Amino acid sequence: MKLTELVQKLNLGVRSAKGSLERRITGGYASDLLSDVLAHSKEGDLWITLQIHHNIVAVASMKDLAGIVLVNGREPEQETIEKAETENIVIMVSELPTFELAGRLYGLGVRGMK
Amino acid sequence: MAPDSKISKIQELIYEISVGQVMKKNVVTVGPQTPMSQLRAILLEKRISGTPVVEEDKLVGIISLEDFIRWLADREHDCPISEKMSGNVRTLYADEPLTQAVNKFERFGFGRFPVIDRKNNKLLGIVTKGDIIEGLLKKLEIDYHQEEDVYRHRVTHFFEDILADKVVLLFQYDVVGHDFKRAGEGASRLKATLRRLGLDPQVIRRVAIATYEAEMNVIIYADGGKIRVRVEPMEIFIKVEDSGPGIPDVEKVLQPGYSTAPEWVRELGFGAGMGLNNILKCASKMDLRSVVGKGTQLYIRVSIEDGAKSETD
Repeated sequence: MKLTELVQKLNLGVRSAKGSLERRITGGYASDLLSDVLAHSKEGDLWITLQIHHNIVAVASMKDLAGIVLVNGREPEQETIEKAETENIVIMVSELPTFELAGRLYGLGVRGMK
Repeated sequence: MAPDSKISKIQELIYEISVGQVMKKNVVTVGPQTPMSQLRAILLEKRISGTPVVEEDKLVGIISLEDFIRWLADREHDCPISEKMSGNVRTLYADEPLTQAVNKFERFGFGRFPVIDRKNNKLLGIVTKGDIIEGLLKKLEIDYHQEEDVYRHRVTHFFEDILADKVVLLFQYDVVGHDFKRAGEGASRLKATLRRLGLDPQVIRRVAIATYEAEMNVIIYADGGKIRVRVEPMEIFIKVEDSGPGIPDVEKVLQPGYSTAPEWVRELGFGAGMGLNNILKCASKMDLRSVVGKGTQLYIRVSIEDGAKSETD
């Protein structure tokens, strides 16, 4: 599924790299520990987190993740947005908490495991 | 881009792009009760050769210039479009891939297909062969520019082009301690550099993750340090060195989940005690040496051969 479709279906706000919304997501990962994400997420994953500081961009970039969704209505810091623009990482925001968002993504066919 | 790769790219794209992405929205439509006598003005004004007939958002037919000419030729009296239109219209769904559209154009020989929503049969747009070509060209152009960007920097077959018995590239990145604003910068820049060298993406990812974790350790625990990277044709060596407090028990810090990170660092999502384990997973070989009060040295080796395997499997 493409990021654009997710944005539409889950009513996500897009905060950075609007040009990369055509990217297809191949899975999902939810965690707030950066090392955990580095260890266990996969290329093309959509990452759900409540962390908003700019290191999330570095992590997403390292792992070639498809995008980041911030939960609970949290907004990325200005620096995070700037870095995401230069690294071309899509950051989206949702009003939903992690559990609910993950559930809806699963309902749309996004899987955490092959 | 090689010529054959461009062909396969189009083949790939016609499966990837949906009809909805290339169709024209804001379609001019007519109602079934519109008189035939008004059709000419509509077609002329909008410079179109046919238009869908819609009743309450639902597609009920299609009327073309040929239908209009036939009606004129027969010198019939004015009548509603519904009497002269072709009902039972062949349509495409917006979510169908372009390959379906190409097939239908070939099979039916029509100039256009109305595009409808699979769920409620509402008319969403109209697609012509021209729209498909335009959509493909746009997409190709975007992809081409993206590739060109990498190409501009990439030194393809870098190592093969250098005439020497041994080739070694050295990069150094300075790490400022406790500076979370610049955290991960070294690893990011290293990743971009290796990409320009045209190394295998999987190898690059391993090196980048290992370097990032090591860099974070320097930032969290030490006042500063250096990352030195040595790139050889078959191996990459990373040495991360700091002049920090040192590690009293090296065995212990290698245990997953063991961490001495302060609370505020953990709140940022760091210091979960997984960094060194991540490095171990990415490295072909890792060696940690530390002297309390003097500093820590971490050696990481990633062989190109191992690196090609996935780091998460």
